[in-house]
Amino acid sequence: MLGRTLREVSAALKQGQITPTELCQKCLSLIKKTKFLNAYITVSEEVALKQAEESEKRYKKGHSLGDLDGIPIAVKDNFSTSGIETTCASNMLKGYVPPYNATVVQKLLDQGAVLMGKTNLDEFAMGSGSTDGVFGPVKNPWSYSKQYREKTKHKAHGENEDSNWLITGGSSGGSAAAVATFTCFAALGSDTGGSTRNPAAHCGVVGFKPSYGLVSRHGLIPLVNSMDVPGILTRCVDDAAIVLGMLAGHDPKDSTTVQDPVKPFTLTSLTDVSKLCIGIPKEYITPELSSEVQSLWSKAANLFESEGAKVIEVSLPHTSYSIVCYHVLCTSEVASNMARFDGLEYGHRCDIDVSTEAMYAATRREGFNDVVRGRILSGNFFLLKENYENYFIKAQKVRRLIANDFVNVFNSGVDVLLTPTTLSEAVPYQEFIKEDNRTRSAQDDIFTQAVNMAGLPAVSVPMALSNQGLPVGLQFIGRAFHDQQLLTVAKWFEKQVQFPVTQLQELMDDCSSVFEIEKLAAVSLKQ
Amino acid sequence: MAAPMLRGWWFARRGALACVDGGSRHGRGAAIGCRSSGQRGQSSVAQQPLITAQKSGKGEHEWAAVVGLEIHAQISSNSKLFSGSQVQFAAPPNSLVSFFDASLPGTLPVLNRRCVEAAVMTGLALKCHINKKSLFDRKHYFYADLPAGYQITQQRLPIAVNGSLEYSVCVGKKRSQVITRTARIKQIQLEQDSGKSLHDELRSQTLIDLNRAGVGLLEVVLEPDMSCGEEAATAVRELQLILQALGTSQANMAEGQLRVDANISVHHPGEPLGVRTEVKNLNSARFLARAIDSEIERQINELENGREILNETRSFDCKLGCTIPMRDKEGKQDYRFMPEPNLPPLLLYDTASLPPGADPQQVINIDRIREQLPELPSETREQLVQQYGMLPEHSFTILNEVGLLEFFQNVIKETRAEPKKVTSWILNNFLGFLKQQNLAVNESPVTPSALAELLNLLDRKAISSSAAKQVFEELWRSKGKTPSQIVSEKQLELMQDGEALDQVCLAVMEEHPQVVLAMKRGNPRAINKMIGLVRKATLSRADPTVIKEILEKKLSS
Repeated sequence: MLGRTLREVSAALKQGQITPTELCQKCLSLIKKTKFLNAYITVSEEVALKQAEESEKRYKKGHSLGDLDGIPIAVKDNFSTSGIETTCASNMLKGYVPPYNATVVQKLLDQGAVLMGKTNLDEFAMGSGSTDGVFGPVKNPWSYSKQYREKTKHKAHGENEDSNWLITGGSSGGSAAAVATFTCFAALGSDTGGSTRNPAAHCGVVGFKPSYGLVSRHGLIPLVNSMDVPGILTRCVDDAAIVLGMLAGHDPKDSTTVQDPVKPFTLTSLTDVSKLCIGIPKEYITPELSSEVQSLWSKAANLFESEGAKVIEVSLPHTSYSIVCYHVLCTSEVASNMARFDGLEYGHRCDIDVSTEAMYAATRREGFNDVVRGRILSGNFFLLKENYENYFIKAQKVRRLIANDFVNVFNSGVDVLLTPTTLSEAVPYQEFIKEDNRTRSAQDDIFTQAVNMAGLPAVSVPMALSNQGLPVGLQFIGRAFHDQQLLTVAKWFEKQVQFPVTQLQELMDDCSSVFEIEKLAAVSLKQ
Repeated sequence: MAAPMLRGWWFARRGALACVDGGSRHGRGAAIGCRSSGQRGQSSVAQQPLITAQKSGKGEHEWAAVVGLEIHAQISSNSKLFSGSQVQFAAPPNSLVSFFDASLPGTLPVLNRRCVEAAVMTGLALKCHINKKSLFDRKHYFYADLPAGYQITQQRLPIAVNGSLEYSVCVGKKRSQVITRTARIKQIQLEQDSGKSLHDELRSQTLIDLNRAGVGLLEVVLEPDMSCGEEAATAVRELQLILQALGTSQANMAEGQLRVDANISVHHPGEPLGVRTEVKNLNSARFLARAIDSEIERQINELENGREILNETRSFDCKLGCTIPMRDKEGKQDYRFMPEPNLPPLLLYDTASLPPGADPQQVINIDRIREQLPELPSETREQLVQQYGMLPEHSFTILNEVGLLEFFQNVIKETRAEPKKVTSWILNNFLGFLKQQNLAVNESPVTPSALAELLNLLDRKAISSSAAKQVFEELWRSKGKTPSQIVSEKQLELMQDGEALDQVCLAVMEEHPQVVLAMKRGNPRAINKMIGLVRKATLSRADPTVIKEILEKKLSS
């Protein structure tokens, strides 16, 4: 049952094949078994069981709230959850229990979803590995998959097995791992420069970043307000669409959300892609791109072409400025957004009470890690009166150019862009930490970041396993507020490539039967 | 909420009350001479065109002062600028604080429509250009009562610009000459108020009250077009009246709803403007003019003694009666302004630009607000002069005293007495009594109806004017009694019965044959003496003119 998609398990709940409580307990048991992955910071077991119980009552009365009723979900620990600790993986917010729910969380709960817990991340979502949180790194479940183990057996020989584990990517690595290990059916991530799509690609799940303004940010603890969007991680495109349908629309508490009402939608199944025009941005062919990912990317392009779609090379000429531009805008907003963490109203406060200023300084030194402090420092530098014109204003202008690149391409008749999500498959933790957070973020966001500058919708869809047996995802980028069209194309692609399910039996023997059966069921139930 | 004591919390507050332009010199070419005289300390009237420093023979220099103002007015609204918390003065500490006001992470600002309308209305009343597109910015500084670490304001593109404030000063010996002056308004911007810090030095703690945090403010920036304390104080008073007439701010200085910072410099006419200082937190109408004049005087003194003026922030010490520097260790602060990313540009429309089919709840139409503009104080004064023949200077007094205009209008409504008479009674007797007892109009024991009734009695000659004054004094003492009651209790009504008065006259004449003799000889003082005697006999209840008529009739008969 756990291996099923959200839609399938929703059908099973409606048909009474399983009760919400049973489903919740199965997920809780899996969460315990996969605890070593460090995907969850907080497991809200009691709350989840209570919510499941209520859902069960509704099903018994025949008053289910809809597709999400009784469905276990997980939420990245930078979304405010009423009564449940929300830490942003930072000492600064350890023990902070918000008195309110983020709008997206509230909407999921209103639909009857069951909240399993809060997932791990890089501190304040600053990172691309899910390695820089105060609760430790998240381990990629594929490190322990049959597929990966078989391919790398010879290499691992003689070494301590556990030191070879892979990163999940980030910063929503906990959410990606949670979905990949079947501990929930959908998870919320956040995406500022690729934080949902990057771990989705590394963990073999679907990672969707909606158009900026389509989904409320109220209650999402901000990284960069002008680029943040709540992301959706699921095991298939259809599920992402279902969740988007629940979340999209105007929120009076977020003035940057769309005013126009969003119509609920269901994804159609494309049968014919011959009217589609797929753009391949030539600037995304970089020397750092692994040959394996590049060849899968070509294969995907060929797939569209062979099915009759028009596939053309396009140019996004300002792409190379994206990362440096992002650095200025991101750190500036970070410097501003982090100013509120002063130890006064909430969060960590140091013991020093010589003066308010001394208290501020010590609180912030103790509360933030080096990455956060470094970004605050750079951001404040860029915002200084003497630097503002030269850095912030220029970066804003470059941002406009980057956004216009996309507008121009879409105006030329391209429907969807097809790009890699990441440079390569997931790398081992030991390898990853050889470079610092800033370098890694700059490298890893290269294909995902510009999308956030432009506010466009984008989705990473797992395509295939690499030679090492690790997932590789490709990214589709759509026109602003054409999220539905984007997901429709992604769904077609997903169906063509038939990405395999993770095989984690070696680690979870007693669950093996579940996965064996469900793997097949999952495929056959798809419409 | 409590924080450790701010080190030197008495230093310059840079938050809601900070200056907008960064330069240290006033940007205006020519100065209008300050008309304050050399002696000051009292509210000196603008009379001489320039300040003359103490005459020291040759080398006598004239000084001109330049004063610009930044005025923060709390918007009168039910809820705060960006949150749904209530706005209320003197509520229990931290009882009006939303999650946003406390800057809980993840909360976002939502602009309050009422505050925008108030800003537009104020802008229109002050003849500003209303920007159809304005922007919000974050201004960063760390302070315990600024929970987010930044204030949301309008630094780059404010909601209203380029207006003017006309105010009038009374000059001349009797202050009967009214001169109108104009101060240009640079801009009006919407911004958040900060919370309040209460410093408990005993326990070395700072206590924070966030009730005020996030309340909407209008920052009105007046160009340095004023030249002395009195002008500045008069301009502020006029702005206060305008805001109150509009209902956009209660503008009560005692409750902190109107706060003033002044930029002050002095120079020799014809020479470039001097280095300016900023005198902050002039939050009392009483001290506003004094603080500015004392700072002008200090600057002149400094310069005359060969010292320099520092571009610094000062505050007025009302005990010492002079300004003192606010010790500011951090030096110049960089506010690191940044666009507020959570608020889209604020777009306003007029009837011509209104998008078709726009939801009226979602858009603000400037023209509609213009139609709703109430009568402004200058129009009200004009009306008083036109309708009641009031002297212009009296119309100022009537408006300047809180509640006096309403009192005046209520009396007028209920009395048949001449408006001039009403004005004179209100300005001389009524206001005099209030001042004497240090009372506000709404604390007066004499109601408009009572005064109207009294004036009616006087008007139909039921009492004499001296009796009227007696009744008025009595009204002040014995609350609840009507003028008629007092008149009858004290037997103050004029004798209307001619026969009776005739009898009294006869009797008095018989008692004083010598005076009668003198009268008959044509001694002009005699008749007055006799009138006085008769009045005394009637206990002042007879009209002297009537007595005179009777006496004259009797003499000639």
